[in-house]
Amino acid sequence: MVDVAFQSNRTAAAQAARRRVGLRNALRRKSMSAFLMTLPLILLIAVLVIYPALYSVHLATLNKAMTKFVGFGNFEFLFKRDTFWLVVKQSCIFAISAVIFKALIGFIVAHFVHNVPANKQRKWRGMLLVPWVIPPAMSTLAWLWLFDPSYSAFNYTLSFFGIGPIPWTGDAMWARFSVILVNVWYGAPFFMIMYLAALKSVPEQLYEAAAIDGANWWQRIWYVTLPMMRNIIAITTLFSLIVTFANFDIVRILTAGGPLDHTHIFATWAFRVGIEGSDIPLGASVSLFMVPILAVAAIFILRDITKRGNES
Amino acid sequence: MSRKKLSRREFVAATALSSAALITAPYVRGAYAAGKLSMGFWDHWVPGANSASTELVNEWAAKEKVEVQIDYITSQGNKNIVTIAAEAQAKSGHDIFQMPTWWPQANAELLEPVNDIMDPLIKLNGEVNGTVKYLGQADGKWLGVPASVGSQIKGPCSRIDLMKKHANIDVQEMYPAGGPPKADNWTLDTFLKAAEACHKAGFPFGIGLGETSDSVDTAGAIFQSFGAQLVDAKGDLTVKTDAVRQSLEFYKKLLAFLPPDVAAWDDASNNKWLVAGKGAMIMNPPSAWAVAKRDAPQIAEQCWTHGFPAGPKGRFAPYLPFFWSIWSFSKNKEAAKSLLSFLSQPASIEKMVVASGGYDLPAYEKLTTLKVWEEQGPPKGTLYHYPNPYKHQTLSIAASPAPPKVAQQIYFQATLTKMCLRYYQGESMEKTLAWAEGECEGFMRS
Repeated sequence: MVDVAFQSNRTAAAQAARRRVGLRNALRRKSMSAFLMTLPLILLIAVLVIYPALYSVHLATLNKAMTKFVGFGNFEFLFKRDTFWLVVKQSCIFAISAVIFKALIGFIVAHFVHNVPANKQRKWRGMLLVPWVIPPAMSTLAWLWLFDPSYSAFNYTLSFFGIGPIPWTGDAMWARFSVILVNVWYGAPFFMIMYLAALKSVPEQLYEAAAIDGANWWQRIWYVTLPMMRNIIAITTLFSLIVTFANFDIVRILTAGGPLDHTHIFATWAFRVGIEGSDIPLGASVSLFMVPILAVAAIFILRDITKRGNES
Repeated sequence: MSRKKLSRREFVAATALSSAALITAPYVRGAYAAGKLSMGFWDHWVPGANSASTELVNEWAAKEKVEVQIDYITSQGNKNIVTIAAEAQAKSGHDIFQMPTWWPQANAELLEPVNDIMDPLIKLNGEVNGTVKYLGQADGKWLGVPASVGSQIKGPCSRIDLMKKHANIDVQEMYPAGGPPKADNWTLDTFLKAAEACHKAGFPFGIGLGETSDSVDTAGAIFQSFGAQLVDAKGDLTVKTDAVRQSLEFYKKLLAFLPPDVAAWDDASNNKWLVAGKGAMIMNPPSAWAVAKRDAPQIAEQCWTHGFPAGPKGRFAPYLPFFWSIWSFSKNKEAAKSLLSFLSQPASIEKMVVASGGYDLPAYEKLTTLKVWEEQGPPKGTLYHYPNPYKHQTLSIAASPAPPKVAQQIYFQATLTKMCLRYYQGESMEKTLAWAEGECEGFMRS
């Protein structure tokens, strides 16, 4: 009996001691301190990203007056609208073509900058990054004046060569070209800087070995540079695809979706429907339509990166 | 230890004093005894116009002992309507919000009815026009007090010299300063002929066909002049009617005489067109003239703001009112009503109109003949007919009389200008009408 009682006290004391040690150990663990240090950021993201995201999902399930739950009713409605499918098509054209050109231009310019002597590179890098560091709302205003329907500086210059006037924002085809051009101008420096960093990490010995094997410049790019840059290309493309799909300011300032809705993309259409048309649930549904598209793209790209990471 | 004894007299006196202090305490007014009031006002583009509102609010606040906070919110980039949407979602924010055109109706369920102040104001200032009632009332409930600040008519602003020289029209004679209009011949046919003549002379009318407000407003007035409605007041589709067909035919003819890039025009394009001296007419409130007065005085001297041309079903002019609305979640509704009543007194309205250089338009019929419009110039009297002093045109808004929540969609989706553009670009009439009908069906969702 005594023995049992003694055993009980000892167990409780041991448990308390173990708990104290456990807490101390947990605090000592690097992962725990890292978690605690990132906690403010996690809370910030929860408040500023996760909550609004969930709230927009909630909004997308309400009727126009926001008084009734309609489930997927807003999406069913959207799927029957021609304008919505026009917006889907345009968003894809806009994002895919802009990302391709940004990647291509970024890749070429990164090579040029990489070949500039080291002491002059900083100057070039700085200059080439200018479009990316100017807030797009401001730079797009400058583009708007260049494309102005009545006083376009481009048309003025082209008129000396007997060309134009080109309806930069007044014709569907030209308007699409204009918004994509501005997006490429704005986003290409990001690709350039990422690719430049990747190029610098390719070991010089690989190029020397390729040269000894008699590889020409194209073969050096195809068999050495590109495989070494694959991961950075994939991540940059994914990141840019997400940002370009969600673009708002360039289209809003340059064409506001016109002419005849031919430059509307998800975000500008969502604003038109949700804020200007006071149909917030439908606007939320339009903007959420991007999520599955981007999620699928993200899954494929990230899976490929992980696979290559495991292989190496 | 000595202890002072309280006499009966002292006790009675002390009790009486304390009671008097307690009873009168609520009536002794401190600096902000009547609480706080916050307001989100539209940020006026005319320099100095905001200060007139501020002075009036401060004057009222000092009298009523209310602590006030005014935020001037710009409509640039639609910041004001984004703020309205945010406050409506959060059910928190300003007590009073100055809402443009469609927003009182869009937020009708969240607004405090103001019938108790509107009825006396109408008795004092005169009846309000039909568009104010259409946009400001729901089921007999006033959703806001019509604000003179920012309210405007987007009628023609013509170049006196160019219209006389190329179209043989004397706009000053047609709309004389200080007298009633002599505009019986000012019809859509005359307007079209003038557009053709000025186009031939190299000074086309600057009328946009984009998706922003100015383009939509002009199209709305022209459609209404033909009696064309896409959706009627009952909410029935009326797209496939002769009136709509006539409007599209008219626009097809007109578009041939407009600048080739009007499909890409925004609300700044027509202003630039006039100020640059490139066109003989635009449809705008006097803001373009005011900018010309500053930047191109020789152009401003030739500008004359006047009435819209009449169509087969009447003479309609685009009118865009603002409203001061009180959120239902406001914590100081009585003070808010008192302020709105003060801001709507004739003297307050006149002060704000003068500060805006005549840009702002009161909604009340007794206040359309203020001196400011007579005196503005150069040329003197250029704004005399701007406030529609002889009621010779019906003030309307595009897409009316459709139920406001449907009309708002037609307005912001620019269905009217898109129809005109589609038809002009070669789409068949029936296809254009079918497209518009499909769009309007979608706008009717509840």
